[in-house]
Amino acid sequence: MAVKEAPLVPFTMAADEEQVIKPPWWVRNRPYLIAAPALLVLIGILYPFLTAVYYSLTNYALNRPGSVNQFVFLRNYERMITDPEFIKGTIVTFAYAVLSTGVELTLGLVIAMLLNRESRIARVLQTTLIFPMMIAPVIGTLIWKVMMQPSVGILNPMLNAVGLPSLQWAAVPETALFSVVLVDVWMFTPFAALIMLAGLRSFPKNPFEAAQVDGASFWFTFRNLTLPMLSPFIIIVIVFRFMDSLKMFDIIFTMTEGGPGSTLMTYQLTAYRTSIQFQKLALGLPYAITLYVVVYLASQYLIKTWGKAQRRAAGFSE
Amino acid sequence: MESKVLRQRATGIFSDSFLIIYFLFALFPIVWMVLISLKPTDELFTTQFIFHPTLFNYQTIIFGDPTAGAGVIAKQEFPRNFLNSLIASSGAVIVSLLVGVPAAYALARYNFKGKNNLAFTFLSFRFAPELVIIIPLSVAYRQLGLYDTYFGIIWVYQLVTLPLLIWVLRSYFEDISPDIEQAAMVDGYPWWQIFFRILLPLVRPGLAAASLLAFVFAWNNFIFPLVLGASNTQTVTVSALGYLSSAQSFFNRMAAAAVVSSVPQIVLALGIQRYLIRGLSFGAVKG
Repeated sequence: MAVKEAPLVPFTMAADEEQVIKPPWWVRNRPYLIAAPALLVLIGILYPFLTAVYYSLTNYALNRPGSVNQFVFLRNYERMITDPEFIKGTIVTFAYAVLSTGVELTLGLVIAMLLNRESRIARVLQTTLIFPMMIAPVIGTLIWKVMMQPSVGILNPMLNAVGLPSLQWAAVPETALFSVVLVDVWMFTPFAALIMLAGLRSFPKNPFEAAQVDGASFWFTFRNLTLPMLSPFIIIVIVFRFMDSLKMFDIIFTMTEGGPGSTLMTYQLTAYRTSIQFQKLALGLPYAITLYVVVYLASQYLIKTWGKAQRRAAGFSE
Repeated sequence: MESKVLRQRATGIFSDSFLIIYFLFALFPIVWMVLISLKPTDELFTTQFIFHPTLFNYQTIIFGDPTAGAGVIAKQEFPRNFLNSLIASSGAVIVSLLVGVPAAYALARYNFKGKNNLAFTFLSFRFAPELVIIIPLSVAYRQLGLYDTYFGIIWVYQLVTLPLLIWVLRSYFEDISPDIEQAAMVDGYPWWQIFFRILLPLVRPGLAAASLLAFVFAWNNFIFPLVLGASNTQTVTVSALGYLSSAQSFFNRMAAAAVVSSVPQIVLALGIQRYLIRGLSFGAVKG
């Protein structure tokens, strides 16, 4: 026995030593302790998320107590996919996001490049860009709604003044999507422009001066210098604008509540109408959860691309 | 040579006119809203830009409508809604500051297991479709008695304010060299003195920008108070819809309410202009 134990002695000594050196638990776990209050809030938000997933697998409706225990597995998701309106809703959700992000990105880039000059007027204009972006989306949309209104509105008189016919804007299916995208573009192009302007201003001058000395054309410089160096900023604009317009609620709800008919019933609007207005909680949730999955996957992909673009813009080869 | 100068001048004129057209597009709706808010009701439908300006609409939304009979928009709702917005938004920012500043510091300074997952979970709140969280919350709030209470609204606003504060402040904390802290530690300062007397003053611009921006986003939020609040906590964003949906549309009053409820954000945004880009991009763009 004693012989067997002998080699263990230095080992236990080492363990004792480690015990002495090892800091107490509150020092070892300090980052967790510091973040603990935020973690509590986190749990308070993750818990409803998990219940959302659970409810979506039941028959839960607010006006039928007890239905929360009727487990139906994926039937609500099946109902969503087989709904004849589902494809239309998918198309309008993505069309809204792609259109508004695309226009904001293009227009924002042009504005940023035009503002990227050392002039007083550029600075003053840059400041006023803040206004549409900082007004509440609901309020901004209400302004546009009144401007599009047939009796007090100003947009139709303006169209008529330049010889164009009046439009019915969001009141008819043909121009409804155009009308809400227009408001989105008005509201968030400043965001795109300001982010890309910050990018343009962060560029070193040398490569551009060299290109100018070599007599490179505007398009050559734009394609081979500006765009690659701007790509991390472009991706940031896409991250924020694409995610936010996929789940856009305020503008569409304020403008038409999803109408006319079901023209603008995006996932968010459908989830709201079904779960909150019609109180069929479990039937609306699949739309919200599907949207969550789409947004999550897209954000993972975009954040990875952003990291790559940043490394490439900094001059590292892949 | 001459043609080059000419072409440059032409490009300049073209760029300037493009900018001017864009800025007319960006600013006209706001100017028009102010104009409508100054219009008396009898000129609302008959005139465009020339009319007899009046402050009657502002007076009506703040002190109530002296000419209104019963059944028209409830009087003096607007001041209450404005107060609700103020309470909910500042409450949300205060809670976020108390909870978020330490978390931002931990995420910036320490290397610990799950650090990046934690940071991205906070960020994912910002991008999560709100209804995933608030549909189940609308049930839970009714059971817990939090429906239509300030506490309930402030709690759910953390989805808006907390990720912003944590991410922006983390980027500011990361800019401070750890050497400063180490030097203070060697000098024998306790950690809380280091934190409050050295670190916090250094991140003050970030602190101001992030909390003011968080305030603006909370103020602008619509869907949370729409679903989880009612008459007690109705904010200006929810009540603004009421001016148009009733049988008679009060366009000019709506515009007056819109002007008054947009002033705080615009003033705040102008105040933090220099840090706005960094805040808006969650610290990703150091403008």
